[in-house]
Amino acid sequence: MATQTITVNVNGEAKTAEVEDRLLLVHFIRDNHGLTGTHIGCDTTHCGACTVLLDETAVKSCTVFAVQANGRNVTTIEGMEGDALHPLQEGFMEEHGLQCGFCTPGMIMSSKHLLDKNLNPTEEEIRWGISGNLCRCTGYVNIVKAVQYASNKLQETSAD
Amino acid sequence: MSQCKTSPEVGGMGHSVKRKEDPRFIRGQGKYVDDVVRPGMVYMDIVRSPYAHAKIKSINTEKALAHPGVAAVITGETLKEYNLHMMPTLMSDTQMVLPIDKVCYQAQEVAAVVATDRYSAADGVELVEVEYEPLPVVVDPHKATDPDAPIIRDDKEGQDSNHIFHWEAGDKSGTDEIFQNADVTIKKDIYLPRIHVASIETCGCVSEFDSVTGQLTVWMTTQAPHAIRTVLALVAGHVGLQEDKIRIIAPDIGGGFGGKVPVYPGYVIAIAASVVTGLPIKWIEDRRENLQADSFARDYHMTCEIAADKDGTLNGLRIKTLADHGYADAAANPSKWPAGMFSICTGSYNFKNAFVEVDGVYTNKPPGGIAYRCSFRVTEAVHAIERMVDMVADELGMDAAEIRMNNFIPKDAFPYKSPMGWEYDSGDYHAALKLAMDKIGYDKLLKEQAEKREKGELMGIGISSFTEVVGAGPSKDFDILGIKMFDSSEIRIHPTGKVMARFGTKSQGQGHETTYAQIIAEELGIPHTDISVEEGDTDTAPYGLGTYASRSTPTAGAAAAMACRKIKDKAQKIAAHLLEAAEEDLEWEVGKFSVKGVPDKSVTIQDIAFAAYTNHPQGLEAGLEATHYYDPPNMTYPFGSYIAVVDIDSGTGEVKVRRFLAVDDCGNIINPMIVEGQIHGGLTMGLAPSLFEEISYDDEGNITGGSFMEYLVPTAVETPNWETDKTVTPSPHHPLGAKGVGESATVGAPPAIVNAVVDALSHLGVRHMEIPLTPEKVWRAIHKQDAA
Repeated sequence: MATQTITVNVNGEAKTAEVEDRLLLVHFIRDNHGLTGTHIGCDTTHCGACTVLLDETAVKSCTVFAVQANGRNVTTIEGMEGDALHPLQEGFMEEHGLQCGFCTPGMIMSSKHLLDKNLNPTEEEIRWGISGNLCRCTGYVNIVKAVQYASNKLQETSAD
Repeated sequence: MSQCKTSPEVGGMGHSVKRKEDPRFIRGQGKYVDDVVRPGMVYMDIVRSPYAHAKIKSINTEKALAHPGVAAVITGETLKEYNLHMMPTLMSDTQMVLPIDKVCYQAQEVAAVVATDRYSAADGVELVEVEYEPLPVVVDPHKATDPDAPIIRDDKEGQDSNHIFHWEAGDKSGTDEIFQNADVTIKKDIYLPRIHVASIETCGCVSEFDSVTGQLTVWMTTQAPHAIRTVLALVAGHVGLQEDKIRIIAPDIGGGFGGKVPVYPGYVIAIAASVVTGLPIKWIEDRRENLQADSFARDYHMTCEIAADKDGTLNGLRIKTLADHGYADAAANPSKWPAGMFSICTGSYNFKNAFVEVDGVYTNKPPGGIAYRCSFRVTEAVHAIERMVDMVADELGMDAAEIRMNNFIPKDAFPYKSPMGWEYDSGDYHAALKLAMDKIGYDKLLKEQAEKREKGELMGIGISSFTEVVGAGPSKDFDILGIKMFDSSEIRIHPTGKVMARFGTKSQGQGHETTYAQIIAEELGIPHTDISVEEGDTDTAPYGLGTYASRSTPTAGAAAAMACRKIKDKAQKIAAHLLEAAEEDLEWEVGKFSVKGVPDKSVTIQDIAFAAYTNHPQGLEAGLEATHYYDPPNMTYPFGSYIAVVDIDSGTGEVKVRRFLAVDDCGNIINPMIVEGQIHGGLTMGLAPSLFEEISYDDEGNITGGSFMEYLVPTAVETPNWETDKTVTPSPHHPLGAKGVGESATVGAPPAIVNAVVDALSHLGVRHMEIPLTPEKVWRAIHKQDAA
């Protein structure tokens, strides 16, 4: 099996490894680098548990080869917290937007993509924005509220 | 909240405290099974059958074994050497771990490949060559007992047909008599199709065996770790696994809903492979394996009959059911009845008599029958009764709310003995439905519907007033393979007043770390932030039967309260010693004992805890801890009334749930935020099979919906903005008056949605529709074309 040496900037840190061409980005993140916050729920691009940001775009990392991320920036859930929790992380906790926690990292990354593009989405825009991420526990009501919480907080911060 | 006994800082019952679990989950720091890595760990992947029924002529592992990275290929013959190729099911049937002679369903495990990494294991799976000889297939359960049907379980001695069991409950002759004398009788076939829980985390394990010490450790996606340990010791004792050296760890679990109760072959193969090879082995199924081979739910073909008076008084109910169990009766059913709690089917109504019978049959489909977020078979029962009541209302031209109000078991009839022998603990059904009608504006909706109908628009209103039966359960009726369905709590108060509490249950998202801490906070007045809760490790937690059937609060939650009361009794002795007062002169208020009439002469529970280790009275044991195993005296009976409002696009047949109001009564509430979250999730898992989800098979037994491409789990777009409210009718027998809530909404929601859709189409002559109510089915109903 052919291999290549790649360097991917994961959460601001350069990660270099020799990988098989067929290695999926999600396995590069989880198995090669031990960042297990990104989850696998289907392998088929449906559930969104593996969502990460590739540069500025939310992608399902079970359907991206690690070699496609060579030289690019990847942000995972582990890269969301700076000096404080990201408003989305805070929102999910405050609004009870999670139960088992398995879909949560992917949900947060998709929501980040949404808010990066549209800081003040309507409820319908939020629902469409997370429609590539399945949650079996919450019924989505509180996830929508969590995104609204983050939207409000980010707007307050940007107004300051 | 005014009814809370404790302050927000203590955070006992009734406080919406934020969850203790969340700080790790929002950071991606949860620890799920696939996150477990052990030194030298290898990976296992499974070869699965393309046929639903076929003889295995040969398995050639040569090419797979020659592939780089592949360490071993395990077949039924390998396991047979250790007599581990078969295993018992939870219903005392048998099922294959790996086959020797034949396969009985598509996607059945045929062999397993162990390799150094996931990719090589998958490569190895492709290289295992299996030669099959297809056999005739039984797909339709109605044909399973035809004389010419092939016998699926010819491995079982004396099994000369595909019939598994016949079970009945109630009074046949008394019910028949009611039907003979009835003004109105209605008979309807209702089918609840096969569905799958599809938790977002699939199933898997990491198994590690130390051949020197004989210690086996298995990290496993299980809702019932202790029962698994015992079952493993019983079935693998002969190969040297003994129960004191088996440690099952259920770490964070990414959703269960009943799907993580059974023991799947993959777990057993991985465990056997780790024992044989001495290597730690990880097995994680993918989504298609999960949907195609793990236990399903429902698949109940019911023929329902109801008898009523002209004025709508409901008198008699008969249901005859054909249950498709797949190739093995591997149901995750903790009761002594083969159809679980199906006989709760008289629901919320004061029937005079009822009779049900169920026949289980084998077909060439995956084994089992699990609950999909309900007590076993309650959803089927509630669907049947809530549909049939609407049909009586239709027949007599009555309003759906009126017929329910007229037939509810009255508030003063509790505890109520149902014709089937259940003793409902408490309820106020009229209050719940009235609240739902007032809150949603029922009369206004009826008016709106009439106006829309004039204009040719399709709008429907559906009601479901369900009664649940949860909290398995009293040991006289409930067990798993003989292990009684109690549950447990072990609480230790440390010298500094902080608490470690362990339980026999296992949260899969329900928030036990938070709610159990609140129960202890309520009972002992210790702040919930000073209480740590642990579950899921059989080496440390007290024995319990796990989390499913909404049983954690009714059983382990009760055990926590009882253990706290034991601690309080001892604390009172220590307090008397510290205050130099007689025990009977002390009184308890949140978090402290004081001398009656002298409130400033008091000691806190923290003072008492410190004294328990530093200054305990002579003659009393040191320490402050207690364990309680709680065997509930009765089930609990949560209930509710749901109202759904749907709009239907007559051009496409698409159903849109415009509003859905759920009024739930789960007795006293521990954490309102968590309860509401459970209801939101339950409603969505009620919506799912009503409109979208179904696992079906073609005539050859090929699954036609085995991935998320075809198996439609609802997204945020299809899911409505659920509205909730509550009434509170405490359980009289539970120590906290609580009842359990995790599954009520899954049970109650589907008939509300179906009733609403049928209501929207009733003026077109539609009286019943089978779920899922797909656009095609609805379009055909509108346009009077039979669903093909």
